[in-house]
Amino acid sequence: MNNENVRILVVDDEPIVLKSLSEWFRDDGYAVGSASTGKEALAKLTEEDWDIFLLDVKMPGMSGLELQKKIKEVNPDAVIIIMTAFASVESAVEALKQGAYDYLTKPFDPEHVGHLIRNAVERKNLAAENVRLKKSLDESILAHDIIGGSGGMREVVEAVETVSKTDTSVLIRGESGTGKELVAKAIHANSRRRYMPMIILNCGALPEGILESELFGHEKGAFTGAQYRRKGKFEMADGGSLFLDEIGDISQKTQVNLLRVLEEKKIRRIGGEREIAVDFRLIAATNKNLEGSVESGLFRSDLYYRLNVFTIRIPPLRERRDDIPSLAEHFLRKYSQTTNKHIESIAPEALERMMNYPWPGNVRELENAIERAVVVCKSNAIQVGHLPMSTVETPRVSAEKTLDAVEREHIRSTLAETDWNISQAARFLNIDRVTLYRKIKKYNIKNP
Amino acid sequence: MAEILIFPVGGVDDSITEFLALSLPETLKLPCKVSDSTISLEGAYDIVREQYYSTKLLERLLLHRAGADTKLLGVASVDLFIPPLSFVFGEAQFNNPAAIISIHRLHQRFYGLPEDASLLYHRCEKEAIHELGHCFGLIHCRDFRCVMYLSYSVEDIDLKSNGFCEKCHAVLRKKL
Repeated sequence: MNNENVRILVVDDEPIVLKSLSEWFRDDGYAVGSASTGKEALAKLTEEDWDIFLLDVKMPGMSGLELQKKIKEVNPDAVIIIMTAFASVESAVEALKQGAYDYLTKPFDPEHVGHLIRNAVERKNLAAENVRLKKSLDESILAHDIIGGSGGMREVVEAVETVSKTDTSVLIRGESGTGKELVAKAIHANSRRRYMPMIILNCGALPEGILESELFGHEKGAFTGAQYRRKGKFEMADGGSLFLDEIGDISQKTQVNLLRVLEEKKIRRIGGEREIAVDFRLIAATNKNLEGSVESGLFRSDLYYRLNVFTIRIPPLRERRDDIPSLAEHFLRKYSQTTNKHIESIAPEALERMMNYPWPGNVRELENAIERAVVVCKSNAIQVGHLPMSTVETPRVSAEKTLDAVEREHIRSTLAETDWNISQAARFLNIDRVTLYRKIKKYNIKNP
Repeated sequence: MAEILIFPVGGVDDSITEFLALSLPETLKLPCKVSDSTISLEGAYDIVREQYYSTKLLERLLLHRAGADTKLLGVASVDLFIPPLSFVFGEAQFNNPAAIISIHRLHQRFYGLPEDASLLYHRCEKEAIHELGHCFGLIHCRDFRCVMYLSYSVEDIDLKSNGFCEKCHAVLRKKL
């Protein structure tokens, strides 16, 4: 805000003070008004908007404190500075208690009053900026990035809207790349916690010891390398939301600790004595079969029930092919903008290829495909040849077939081709022999 | 003809007013001379504050107005104040002819330091240009190097230059 946009109203019964201060502020570029009584000030308050008020405490008729009350009734955000002589510092203290921004004792030090006004202007600017940012945040939440009009996605959006209004723990299920983090962000962004932090942690990416330290934080010297005290994710998410991705991968020990935190809402840093209260909403996600893990004893049933209060299942992309055009369009716009290219459309043949592709990597794979296509595209439309999967002949997969079914079929045919030579089949499938063995067991594929 | 007339206010070292008469035309592009008249301090003293009321002295200075384009600069060696502030380095009439500066707080000795005549002259020049800038309708500038930057202390004065920033200079050009 430029100084000329800042309006200061000086209220004092001494004409000399009014004149001097008005001129002094005007030299600094502010828009200044003056009033010699409280009544006159109130009249000016109804005529125009003022940002800062300088009020003398002692005035005939209405005192500065009475005037302050009335101004606050009309304009609760008004910045009020009380001017007082040494003899009435008590009045200034009273004014501060009633919400005055600060007070000045006459005669003022020019530097003090100058800084006071600048700080008051900065405070007003920050408050206005805060309002603007919250408004733009609210607008962006309304148009959050969940794209798709298919039945499955409509259910997801409805579930997000329902659960956002509560503080319930949420478990998001879905294959890798379906957008579990995006859904978690939408829940946070629509909740009452949206102006507080959202902390994200991928549990699957960290070894047990580091995960514990990341979650709980640690005191200085808690273990070798703990040179400083550090807050954990639980503390960092205080007031907001904590998103724990790949929750199915956490160890039994971490499961116990997490359950305790969820029940007690208190944590203790590693190496610390003090209990710290934490208030966060937990959003967990997994692409694992948690029920199977509970059955096999790998995942605690009490934690499972604690997490599984409200579940959102995100369908894989192959089950919502109708969403592919709008998603592709969205990513095309996004990457055309970031790469500064003017690619306007996707050729019908390219879209056809995308519609027929099984997208085992889901929306993430689609996004990567479009990004790559935008990079290599030299014309104003994406062609089949620009798509990374164009080099592989992909048979059309029926919408009824799940990824598991496709995977099972592919493994079975590869094993048949290699006469059940596990090493050769694993090489062809580009997976480890042990992984192949597990998949044979999982899909119950038998050697004929 | 447009010009700047300098008036000693009370007793002031001649060398300072003479220096200003020589240096101000360089920046303000107007002829400048020291008046033979002196502005009296009588009646402007506040016995409680032990300072002189600057606005009163400005009014007295205005009585010497010669022509419509003449700017009047009073130079005082005494400490000046305006009622709500504890002191002022100077005061000017916005878009009007009269300005006054005080050299009282521009001396190094005021801060317990050895006197530095050269520094004092430079400070006087900057404050004189600053207050005359207000007479030409300039407001305070955010650029700390510009002479129109609001100085709360001699350190601020020392930091800024004796010239106008591009923006202030453009405004001034229209007025001259």
